[in-house]
Amino acid sequence: MASVEPVLGPAIAQAGSPAQAHGDEITAFVRETEEGKAIDLAVEGAHCAACIVKIEDGLQKLDGVKRARLNLSTGRLAVKFHGADAKAEEIVGRLEHLGYRARPYQPETADDPKSDEEKRLLRALGVAGFASANVMLLSISVWAGEGEMSLPTITLMHWISGLIALPAVAYSGWPFFKNAIAGIKSRNVNMDLPISLAVLLACGLSIYETALGHGAAYFDAAIMLLFFLLIGRFLDVRLRARAGQAARDLAALQARIAHRIEPDGAIKAIPARDVKPGDLLRIAPGDRLPVDGVIIEGRGEIDAALVTGETQPQMLEPGSTVYSGMINLNAPLTVKATAARDDSLLAEIARLVEAGEQGRSRYVRYADKAARAYVPGVFIMALVTLIGWLGVTGNVHDAVMNAIAVLIITCPCALALVVPAVQVVASGRLYGEGVLVKSGDALERLAEAKSVVFDKTGTLTLGRPSLINRDDISPRALTLAARLARGSRHPISRAVADAAGPGPLADDLQEIAGGGLTGTAEGAVVQFGSASWLGLEKQGQDPDPSVLEAWLLVEGETPVRFVFSDGLRADAPEAVTGLKAQGLPVELLSGDREAPVAAAAHALGLDRYQAGLKPQDKIARINALNEAGEAPIMVGDGINDAPALAAAHVSISMGSAADISRSAADLVIQGDRLAALPRAVEIARAAKARMMENFTLANIYNVIAVPLAVFGLVTPLVAAIAMSASSLVVMANALRLWRA
Amino acid sequence: MTALLWLIPAALMLGAMGLLGFFWAMKSGQYDDLDGAAERILIDDDGPIVDDEDER
Repeated sequence: MASVEPVLGPAIAQAGSPAQAHGDEITAFVRETEEGKAIDLAVEGAHCAACIVKIEDGLQKLDGVKRARLNLSTGRLAVKFHGADAKAEEIVGRLEHLGYRARPYQPETADDPKSDEEKRLLRALGVAGFASANVMLLSISVWAGEGEMSLPTITLMHWISGLIALPAVAYSGWPFFKNAIAGIKSRNVNMDLPISLAVLLACGLSIYETALGHGAAYFDAAIMLLFFLLIGRFLDVRLRARAGQAARDLAALQARIAHRIEPDGAIKAIPARDVKPGDLLRIAPGDRLPVDGVIIEGRGEIDAALVTGETQPQMLEPGSTVYSGMINLNAPLTVKATAARDDSLLAEIARLVEAGEQGRSRYVRYADKAARAYVPGVFIMALVTLIGWLGVTGNVHDAVMNAIAVLIITCPCALALVVPAVQVVASGRLYGEGVLVKSGDALERLAEAKSVVFDKTGTLTLGRPSLINRDDISPRALTLAARLARGSRHPISRAVADAAGPGPLADDLQEIAGGGLTGTAEGAVVQFGSASWLGLEKQGQDPDPSVLEAWLLVEGETPVRFVFSDGLRADAPEAVTGLKAQGLPVELLSGDREAPVAAAAHALGLDRYQAGLKPQDKIARINALNEAGEAPIMVGDGINDAPALAAAHVSISMGSAADISRSAADLVIQGDRLAALPRAVEIARAAKARMMENFTLANIYNVIAVPLAVFGLVTPLVAAIAMSASSLVVMANALRLWRA
Repeated sequence: MTALLWLIPAALMLGAMGLLGFFWAMKSGQYDDLDGAAERILIDDDGPIVDDEDER
């Protein structure tokens, strides 16, 4: 819900530079290092050499800045400086002056498991590439020298191949062996088991054959197999890391800070996670509540859109309970924290989310389904070969050799590449469309979905009111109202200020919490607020309950009515039509009141909607759909949507959603572009079609290769060609997705 | 055949050097910012590209 992000509103732009508005937030991110202070910033909009120079030189000219280094790939700026923490504000102010928005973020620690895994895979890939190139060099000379090369030379070549391949297999194959062992321990057959078996058997058989001097070795096939698989796995991990980083960037934009009132009365900015129950917190107008609490002092309106989905602000007074995620609109509040961050409403929601995710973990990925069907099949085939050869020829050595050849040649290489290859390409395309795919199986589940459930506030709608009767209001009335409204953070004031554009403020401006605004402009007293506060009689027409209204009263003139409603996103109708065209029935579940929900449903042509739902009600509806086999896609953004997101078959959240919703969702739409939804479904379905084709290709390969192995016709050359060719065909087919 | 005894170790050595070079490049952070490195070569160190307007 970026729309309610206070620091960027036009109202504040009037009051002072944005850097000042959130200055204390920045200082909370300054770190002490051995060589002075350091801060990491996420910079937006830097994309060329000129930007690097502008930013780095611009900052280095500041007094006290020792070093500024921008990472253009990630958009991260590391700054080292001397002096007070407040210097960081100056740095961000400077960046803003140069035209770049910058926000502090908590840098990942050096032992980030994700980037470790990526580096480990890259090293394994390097080793496997080196080894397969050199082993191939030797193998090709053996194949080419067929009939000319003497047996001792061939054996020497094989020993050298083995010396290169075996350590490389041990190192590069470890990611697969590790997963295979974990799979056996948990009694789950996964694709890594047949991969590991094929590699180990190929190596074992080659050592045995070379030692006997028979002259057949499969070292090249084993290491090539690992090389191809590692390429797929590395791309997969890197794409996932990139999506994860983009998601963290979104989180950095919502860095949470609390202002604690110290015993001596001073106010200190601390990270929200350091708040303890009983702490007194100062909540300035426009701030988001970091934890649950009770209001001790102050009366004011609270925007709970992100928590309950309700667009109309609520009036709260001392004694009222407030929840983390709510936004204080117009009066400074003192709140006593009743629960630490891990123990608040958010934490309760987090527990519901966890329960939903456990249900989802029962989902079996296509690759694992294939492995479960494939592994027993291969073992039976190998057994049949063993018994068959024993029965027909009675030669134990040949029987064992051919049985092992079956295990190797049915190598799961192509099968193991089927899913990752397609997923990497599809996720890459979605990334280009602004959709982040967070989990590997999300695409499979998205392709299977049979219905769509939308949240209303902040998802289909903008999540903030906008002026809808502008044509009925004279330009002068709008200008006057805007001169009052620009000084307030109330959503209605923001809507008026947005409608009128930038301009001057009224004099003697005062905001009365729960009432409205008053001030003087053009020599008259002007008031803007609710009808009851202005003392207006009920007007002729009944107010429509689905809209919000406010009145402008200029001394001695007729009051003017302003009507607001939470407008639909511009691309919401397009998204809904697109999804319906794909055969997905669309449904609306909202925590808001009946009237606005009905209005939104009507505008979008949705017959199925429910209003006034609590998080538990949403879960109940989602579970009902799950059980009816409707496989719902849940699209939401609020804290109250998070459990439903986790429970749904597949879930999508907006980039501006609450942290918890974003982490509960499988896919995140950056930039809140709803129109990307039908596109995502389309790509997911195309990806599924490609996967099925790839399974077919892999099976065709096995149908051809297995009889060769069963009848003892597999030579090392055939094995190497068959394995590489099948992998390349599967990869090439996956790449077709780029154009689909 | 003695040619092989020279050629194979030579090929392996060259390959191993390439591999070590790759590890060194990875460890020294040369893969951390691929886009930045590509753009930084365009920067003329003689004078800043910062606009005069932005300077003030």
